[in-house]
Amino acid sequence: MTMIGWLQIILYCVIIVALTKPLGWYMTRVFNGDRTFLSPVLRPIEAGIYWFSGVDEKREQHWLTYTVAMLLFHVGGFLIIYGVMRLQAVLPFNPAGQSAVAEDLSFNTAISFITNTNWQNYGGESTISYLVQMLGLTHQNFLSAATGIALAVALIRGFSRASMRTVGNFWVDVTRTTLYVLMPICVVYTLFLVWQGIPQTLGPYVEATTLEGAKQTIAVGPVASQVAIKMLGTNGGGFFNANAAHPFENPTALSNFVQMLSIFAIGAALTNVFGRMVGNQRQGWAILAVMGVLFVAGVAVTYWAEANGTSTLHALGLTGGNMEGKEVRFGIVASSLFAVITTAASCGAVNAMHDSFTALGGMIPLINMQLGEIIIGGVGAGLYGMLLFVVLAIFVAGLMVGRTPEYVGKKIEAREVKMAMLAILVLPLMYLGWTAVGVVYPAAVASMANAGPHGFTEVLYAFTSATGNNGSAFAGLTGNTFFYNLTLASAMFVGRFFMIVPAMAIAGSLAAKKSIPPSAGTFPTTGGLFVGLVVGVILIIGGLTFFPALALGPIVEHLAMNAGQVF
Amino acid sequence: MLREIRPAIVLLLVLTAITGLAYPLAMTAIAGAIFPAQAQGSLVEKDGKVVGSALIGQEFKDDKYFHGRLSATLAPDPNDSTKTVSAPYNAANSGGSNLGPTSKALADRLKEDVDKLKAENPNAAVPVDLVTTSASGLDPDISPEAAQFQVPRIAKARNMPEEAVNQLVASNVHGRLFGLLGEPRVNVLALNLALDRAPAK
Repeated sequence: MTMIGWLQIILYCVIIVALTKPLGWYMTRVFNGDRTFLSPVLRPIEAGIYWFSGVDEKREQHWLTYTVAMLLFHVGGFLIIYGVMRLQAVLPFNPAGQSAVAEDLSFNTAISFITNTNWQNYGGESTISYLVQMLGLTHQNFLSAATGIALAVALIRGFSRASMRTVGNFWVDVTRTTLYVLMPICVVYTLFLVWQGIPQTLGPYVEATTLEGAKQTIAVGPVASQVAIKMLGTNGGGFFNANAAHPFENPTALSNFVQMLSIFAIGAALTNVFGRMVGNQRQGWAILAVMGVLFVAGVAVTYWAEANGTSTLHALGLTGGNMEGKEVRFGIVASSLFAVITTAASCGAVNAMHDSFTALGGMIPLINMQLGEIIIGGVGAGLYGMLLFVVLAIFVAGLMVGRTPEYVGKKIEAREVKMAMLAILVLPLMYLGWTAVGVVYPAAVASMANAGPHGFTEVLYAFTSATGNNGSAFAGLTGNTFFYNLTLASAMFVGRFFMIVPAMAIAGSLAAKKSIPPSAGTFPTTGGLFVGLVVGVILIIGGLTFFPALALGPIVEHLAMNAGQVF
Repeated sequence: MLREIRPAIVLLLVLTAITGLAYPLAMTAIAGAIFPAQAQGSLVEKDGKVVGSALIGQEFKDDKYFHGRLSATLAPDPNDSTKTVSAPYNAANSGGSNLGPTSKALADRLKEDVDKLKAENPNAAVPVDLVTTSASGLDPDISPEAAQFQVPRIAKARNMPEEAVNQLVASNVHGRLFGLLGEPRVNVLALNLALDRAPAK
């Protein structure tokens, strides 16, 4: 570890905190339907869309209607992606002549993108056409992100409202998020990325003759517009197979730094939106503090482990850290930081190959996902995941002092706690259950690229990433098989929607409750005690659930490595 | 609930047209007008022919060129399309080795390459980036140490003084942005083009 490495990490944290308040202010105005500086341009478009689609923007929805609208929206999104993938050979914008994508891979990819997972069983430049990149992937990058944000806002309204039956209008929330938040940032961001060197063209792959006279086919495409929303919307599905490690997806140290910022920006700002909407910004800062503690701890471990390298490297006298699977322009620190950010945030883009990380360096991304991606988290999904843990922590605190727990003026009762537990427990069921199948079913075992405990970790990582809707991978695992296409799709589906529905049920039940003013007996939820309590609940619940699995994978691999064992 | 069906279809189609077609196509037109070189892939031409992209690494095996990092990219086996074969710097199929820290295959590969490099230049420590594969398999850069390590071989193969080659390396080193972000690096293609332009002794 170096001083200049830590300075980069500190600079990153400072900028994220600095962005939280202004972006939170702007987004709160958008979700409240207030005028913004973009309204003169966007308001006519927005009104036209509502008129054309038959949306009455004044009419709010019950939580159940809101949820059904969201589900219907996803059915359509699924069909569009599946359709364009199956038909890409006969559709335009296919200069590389890609043939139709197989049924199981199309199914997996469609589920992957509507759930904001963006797991890449597809190969990017070697599998899909420009049309699929744009109409299939870019479009769902926007809409699945907008959906996540809309759901978080609906849950926030559950806390901020009193004695109301409705939580907002899904169509309005999705449209406003897309038009006022995601799209304007992406337009500017795309131009920045092209300036840095990311291609944006519909032309065919370039045929070059190298200096030594060999032929090199260089894949290009409408990359920058996809990458912008892929990062901002914490989607993470790459244009290319190597994702953000590919020089065309992430050409410079600056593009890398801004991409890392854009992963966290909206998720961090949503904590401020929460604070503003419940009437006390300190409530938002307290949640951001919980996330910050867990984040910095993760960065420190991964950075230390990667800078330290492996026994294999030491034995050969190689210094400079574990550079296998990393790019020179990012080096150890920017690769480690990116890996922690992308898994804390449900993004899943990678600028280095996590499969080649050291055992402990790769364990932190795994833990981040197993905690439910609540450290900033996916846009929206992170906040509602974190609020589930807050509900639980408040409940535990209430049990300790024997009072009915309350949070931001709402009593937390049996229904909320049951729903929170349902959402939290369904995740380990998916990733531990499927991992158990994956390590004994012969067709699945054949997919492992590494032997020994590392192979086990590859499987555990795949199902954790899919369930958490992250999308990063220990990419040595051959995921494009019938078994993995279907099982991973089921993990992604359950991980997304079995979390959303209970969270929305909580939103509806909270919105209907009366708001009670704080009294002398109210547990303060803006201070250090509260932050410590939530961190503790997250680590205890998480730790008890997945520690045994980690012991079989990265922990035993670390011990084997120190003993000089290879597999 | 029934009245949610029309928005579910129409709103989806409208937003799909905006985000999936209008946005990427408009950005293609605008970016192509403002940054035409980058939008096309930062292509590098020599004598009117495209020799590669400034951002994409390419394979160098010849002793007279600086070598880049190891690349683990693959290509379909021409004899059996269900299998793949090693194809370093395949810029149409990016990817890494994905070998883990306790992989025997990785340990063996590292040992073989370290021994080879030690034989080539016994006077310097082997830089780690010269014996590890990059994440994309297309890394265009090497560290300044990795370039300096190869100077004696280049000087010998080109019959140039080491001093001149060292100067070329030094003038091709890109430092950290603002002295802070990223890592110092040398673009291998740019360095080799500069080497070809350098006057022979």
